[in-house]
Amino acid sequence: MADPLMEVRGLRKSFGGVVATDNLDLSVETGSIHAIIGPNGAGKTTLINQLSGMLASDSGAVRFAGRDITRLPTPVRARSGLARTFQITSIFHEFTALENVALAVQANDGHSFRFWRSARTETRLTEPALAALETVGLAGRADVMARLMSHGEHRQLEIAMALATEPRMLLLDEPMAGMGPDESRRMVDILSRLKGDQTILLIEHDMDAVFALADRITVLVYGREIATGTPDEIRANEEVRTAYLGDEAEAV
Amino acid sequence: MGNRIQTIIVALVFIGLAFVPLLAEATDTPFYLDLARRLMILSIGALSLNLIMGYGGLISFGHAAYIGIGAYTVGICAEHELVSGFIQWPLAILVSGLFAVVFGAISLRTRGVYFIMITLALAQMMYFLGVSLDRYGGDDGLPLIERSYFNDLIDISDDLTLYYVIFLSLALCLLFSQRLVNSRFGMVIQGARSNEGRMKAIGFPTFRYQLTAFVIAGMMAGFAGALLANHTDFINPDMMHWTRSGDLIIMVLLGGMGSLAGPVIGALVFLLLEELLSGITEYWQLIFGPFLVLAVLFARGGLLGFFSEKERENG
Amino acid sequence: MIDGALLFEQLFNGLQLGLLLFLLAAGLTLVFGIMDMMNLAHGSLYMMGAYVAAQVTLWTGSFILGVAVSLPVILLLGVILEASVLRPLYARGHLDQVLATFGMILFFNEFVRLVWGPDGIEVPLPAFLKGNVVLFDIPLPNYRLVVIGVGLLVALLIYLLVTRTRTGMLIRAGASNREMVQALGIDINRVFTLVFGIGAALAALAGALAGPILAVTIGMGEHILIQVLVVIVIGGIGSIRGAFVGAMLIGIMDILGRSFLDTFFKLFLPDNAAETAAPAVASMLIYILMAGVLFFRPQGLFPAKTG
Repeated sequence: MADPLMEVRGLRKSFGGVVATDNLDLSVETGSIHAIIGPNGAGKTTLINQLSGMLASDSGAVRFAGRDITRLPTPVRARSGLARTFQITSIFHEFTALENVALAVQANDGHSFRFWRSARTETRLTEPALAALETVGLAGRADVMARLMSHGEHRQLEIAMALATEPRMLLLDEPMAGMGPDESRRMVDILSRLKGDQTILLIEHDMDAVFALADRITVLVYGREIATGTPDEIRANEEVRTAYLGDEAEAV
Repeated sequence: MGNRIQTIIVALVFIGLAFVPLLAEATDTPFYLDLARRLMILSIGALSLNLIMGYGGLISFGHAAYIGIGAYTVGICAEHELVSGFIQWPLAILVSGLFAVVFGAISLRTRGVYFIMITLALAQMMYFLGVSLDRYGGDDGLPLIERSYFNDLIDISDDLTLYYVIFLSLALCLLFSQRLVNSRFGMVIQGARSNEGRMKAIGFPTFRYQLTAFVIAGMMAGFAGALLANHTDFINPDMMHWTRSGDLIIMVLLGGMGSLAGPVIGALVFLLLEELLSGITEYWQLIFGPFLVLAVLFARGGLLGFFSEKERENG
Repeated sequence: MIDGALLFEQLFNGLQLGLLLFLLAAGLTLVFGIMDMMNLAHGSLYMMGAYVAAQVTLWTGSFILGVAVSLPVILLLGVILEASVLRPLYARGHLDQVLATFGMILFFNEFVRLVWGPDGIEVPLPAFLKGNVVLFDIPLPNYRLVVIGVGLLVALLIYLLVTRTRTGMLIRAGASNREMVQALGIDINRVFTLVFGIGAALAALAGALAGPILAVTIGMGEHILIQVLVVIVIGGIGSIRGAFVGAMLIGIMDILGRSFLDTFFKLFLPDNAAETAAPAVASMLIYILMAGVLFFRPQGLFPAKTG
């Protein structure tokens, strides 16, 4: 079996007295969707922040594509193929949807010390950007200013931006946050189509989505991993049921 | 006020500027020639600040220092009998660029209130340096022995010729700025202002780009300084005083940030206000001060920006 | 080589400058830290304090009265400014704050010029404070001793206020995490006005005390403001302790630099070069220090912000 694309060993992070990440081990296989679930405050976003480089871990190591990235700054991790989306939408509000994604394309296309040619009309940037927008279903809204788009469209835009950097792995932080049932279904569609081509680490609360998409699930409670396995294994796990799933598990 | 209206206004201003010398000659008021030259030089200064402040979101309270550095480079060269403009002007640009690299590297490690204060402090340091350099005039300033010499190509010791050289320079700087803000580099700078965290997350090492923008702005201001030295025939540490930096910020804000025409229009309004008010009373700042306060409190985004906000909402 | 007596005297002067800077920095760093507000007009309050104290002293012949009157007058001025013009600015960005307070500076400078003329006021040393105390054969001016004394006393009072009272706790909490304090249901506006008022009074005190030793002129506010900003940057925004340490560092470095840098340079430079370079470098010394501190700690030595 090939090496996992991402390997996390012994990751620890505390804020003062609060332990946000407690000696976490994690492996994500190439081409799989690995979901992280857990109650609020379990440290899921903190985990993604550490994996993407926005937050320095206290100890532990992160390996990505065979390389130790533990000390690398965020832009370097992004350039090596690790893309992320944000739980609280983080986009460029004064740019159009196309411009938002084009920036992501540009980030991945060599250096940007070009001072003369207009980037707005560069097809080398706009074509891949449009393609990414197509993938998430926003092609029709390409010229709309991001500020004027709906919340659901913002979440789609986040995915498009992440895809535009031609990543090897996506870190998705609650992509369906704040979405209604229709929008959620659409998002699940998008994500399931990415499966196989992309490797995804998915943080989500929407259990339907998680169990529909995930190849493996890790359950996080107070920063500690209490179970990891296939969706069936997790569903059947007693500890998980009491800590988190409750009656939902019966219904699923 | 949409892009179209702004472009029209700037075009009108340019046409007006082209004819000012003729008007000044006809009415025998060389004062207007002088004023217009000052306007154009300040516009270049404001334009350069707009690159990092309007588009980049970096509020530099020390930008006038680079104008002074450019001016002093020319003056000091002249003192040492290096009068060739072909050497002086590129040198002025280079030296201000070098200072910008050092100051930018220090300042850009910080943000917000810190950034403003540090740029202010560093610029004021340059002012004190100028004051303490007795060899080059110190507090009294340094007269420019002779204007920059361009062999027999252009003779800018002729006031009219200098006027059109400055005119052309402004046009070139505008053109350069226009290309810059729409280029890939410009996109990065604007993106970093909009959401720096996002920029890093998609893979941009923002620091190096912002530093580069800082240096480009510094170099353009240095160029304005070289022009200023020739315009006033006198170089003075006051050019680097932090209140001059404040004037530049006012100009950029008055004209509306993040637009190319803004700085030019802002410089125009600022100069007109200054002339108008000082004509009314010697204590014009008594009026200008509160005016500024009120303008900040009630006119969001500058005079032009006030209208452009509406435009963007509809389009 | 270096005159011990001169060194001691200059250390003394540096201490005094440092305490003056502290009086200004303490108020301003809280304004920056709690209200996140770029208040450039703080120097104007200092200037107004100096002018009011000087004028009252000239009218009544009593320096003490001058100081005593300037405090409440400038406090009132500060509170009025805060409630009317500055409060709407808290919510605005730094650029708006910079511009508005810059406008205020222009106004106050011109106002002073209108009322008192361009030449400034000469404040005579109060008669009962003339003369020196002699310590180790070194004359230490009485007046400067008093300034140091007052400065240290105020520093102690501020320390007690901030660490021992409930108000002080609120102030520290506000500097550390403003949103949290608001979330706790405390009327943050009252805290703001209080902080600003304290800052204004401290600035007035500094201005009044500085009158006889520094120059009471237009623009004196901006001159010292830059140094105060360096103090705050070095000390860390929102930190009184940082303001104190920073002020001492800057005050002492500045004075010592101006006095002894040429001697120091002469150790390894020819006399001529040393004498030209020394004043130039001396004037840049505090900025070099600032750059140095920032290189290692961009947040300053004792940053207050945790939230």
